[in-house]
Amino acid sequence: MMDWVAILVESVRSAIGVPAAAYAISAVGLNLQFGYTGLLNFGHVGFMLVGAYGMAITVDLGGNLWIGVLVGIALAVLLGAIIGIPTLRLRADYLAIVTIAVGEILRLVVRSRFAAPLTKGIFGIQRFADDFFDLNPLPRGRYGIGDLRFDQRTAWVVIVGWALAVLVTLLVRRLMRSPWGRVIRAIREEEDATRSLGKNVFAYKMQSLMIGGAIGALAGAYLAIDQQNVSPDSYIPLLTFYAFTVVIMGGPGTLWGPVAGSILFWFLFEFLDEVMTGALRAGWFGDVLGATDIGPLRFALFGIGLMWLMAYRPAGLFGSREEMLIDER
Amino acid sequence: MSAESPSLHGLPPEPGVPKPDPILVVHGLRRSFGGLHAVNVRHLEIQRGTITSLIGPNGAGKTTLFNVLSGFDKEQEGEWHLNGGALVGIPCHRLARMGMVRTFQLTKSLARLTVLENAMVAAQHPKGESLRGALLGGWRDVEAKNEVRAREMLRRFTLDHMADEYAGSLSGGQRKLLEMARALMVEPEILMLDEPTAGVNPALTQSLLHHIKRLRDEGMTVVFIEHDMDVVQEISDWVVCMNEGQVIAEGPSRVVARNPAVVDAYLGAHHGEVTP
Repeated sequence: MMDWVAILVESVRSAIGVPAAAYAISAVGLNLQFGYTGLLNFGHVGFMLVGAYGMAITVDLGGNLWIGVLVGIALAVLLGAIIGIPTLRLRADYLAIVTIAVGEILRLVVRSRFAAPLTKGIFGIQRFADDFFDLNPLPRGRYGIGDLRFDQRTAWVVIVGWALAVLVTLLVRRLMRSPWGRVIRAIREEEDATRSLGKNVFAYKMQSLMIGGAIGALAGAYLAIDQQNVSPDSYIPLLTFYAFTVVIMGGPGTLWGPVAGSILFWFLFEFLDEVMTGALRAGWFGDVLGATDIGPLRFALFGIGLMWLMAYRPAGLFGSREEMLIDER
Repeated sequence: MSAESPSLHGLPPEPGVPKPDPILVVHGLRRSFGGLHAVNVRHLEIQRGTITSLIGPNGAGKTTLFNVLSGFDKEQEGEWHLNGGALVGIPCHRLARMGMVRTFQLTKSLARLTVLENAMVAAQHPKGESLRGALLGGWRDVEAKNEVRAREMLRRFTLDHMADEYAGSLSGGQRKLLEMARALMVEPEILMLDEPTAGVNPALTQSLLHHIKRLRDEGMTVVFIEHDMDVVQEISDWVVCMNEGQVIAEGPSRVVARNPAVVDAYLGAHHGEVTP
């Protein structure tokens, strides 16, 4: 028999856990770029990498962790400028091509031998976040309700993560409710029209790319702090597409969409995994499926779920259907 | 037919004729695509406070001229001046702020912004539209003033009842009105309309023309590209006809309509020979 209570507990644990918080933060940045401004940033993982490595290398060189976080964010802003200057004047698809390449280039650079003195090559950098855990005010113990509990270390990371997710969401809210945000949305709708009204479209797109990238870097640093580890091969393009999935599930261009999308994403991800594993153990699949088939099948089911969501809620959880139905004549 | 504007009375109807008070002066302007001279304007002046129609057959270079003048395309040679100041090399958004605002042949509405937001976004708001201002606040006073002006503008174009609807839900004609209202929110000195009446029903065309005349009467300079000769006759103070990139005729509409070069441009140079 399947233990549905345990499955739900594990799914909820995943939905509010550290990766969910990290993807919520990351998706808030991507949502500013993609959802509000219409920028196709397919290299969001690159910003996360820069945030994590900027921090880890700073600490590794003897710097302070918090300075390291700021270094990571500053580097992401710089990366935004480097990507933006040549591409933002061109059509939208060029940004997509360049960003996906830059993401991979960054991963290959940090794992390369010539960068190894700084990045420690494929082994990466470990144990740089002790300062973060020293600040943990929670006494030893397990925190939560019923079976759904985190130890004091995880609970601390989870609390900080969701606080950051709310904070960056409020930052984006402040920006998007200002006249600046109105120009950003106008650019998403029609660049040339916005230009003809006297707005410096290039500068706005650049600002959006940089701020979104900085938020992505914060997510990257946060995730690395939890793992006390950065290594190049955690920063594969798949992370970008997870972040896009989160944004699209929540509803692109909606304020709380990224946070809700991340919760749903990580809930479903764990739920499918638990159900499949449970079913396997209960012998439901007979000899047809083995333990190694579960992983790919989970992704397939997840994809079907995503399609189902797009069919019935094409604008995402928070998106407005009315807005979606507007034809762009 | 509108009376000839007094300021233009008695000017010889020749290409490149100097005007008494030109707001826009174009000189030696060239834009080529490969071997084709899309725009090759030797000299053209636009009189302040008048409605000038830009006519010519398809491919005559009217829209390209608009694009170059408004900074959306780059000239290869030549210069143009607004109120005597040279405009070469200035990006399009700054040209708009300097008072030269254009619209597009295919209406570009900001579909998922409301009608009111469409008008508001066009208002100048240096503080609130800067990142600093957005973060630090202090932009609400100007915003409130802009909103009053935006609502007045929407009322003028009878769009006020649609203020909170998405612009994407407007009809084609309403979008044309909104585009004009939006352009006016920039507070231009010279308004350049690219086929404002294309695809608009006759009643709404009349309403658009009425708005354009009213703008002229308030002192605005309007240049517009138009294909419908009835419309041109009705509201133009001055007509400029282009063909193959060049200005081939200009003058009051009656005079231009009879100009053999214009008739040739529209019907082909040898039309006399094919007539049975």
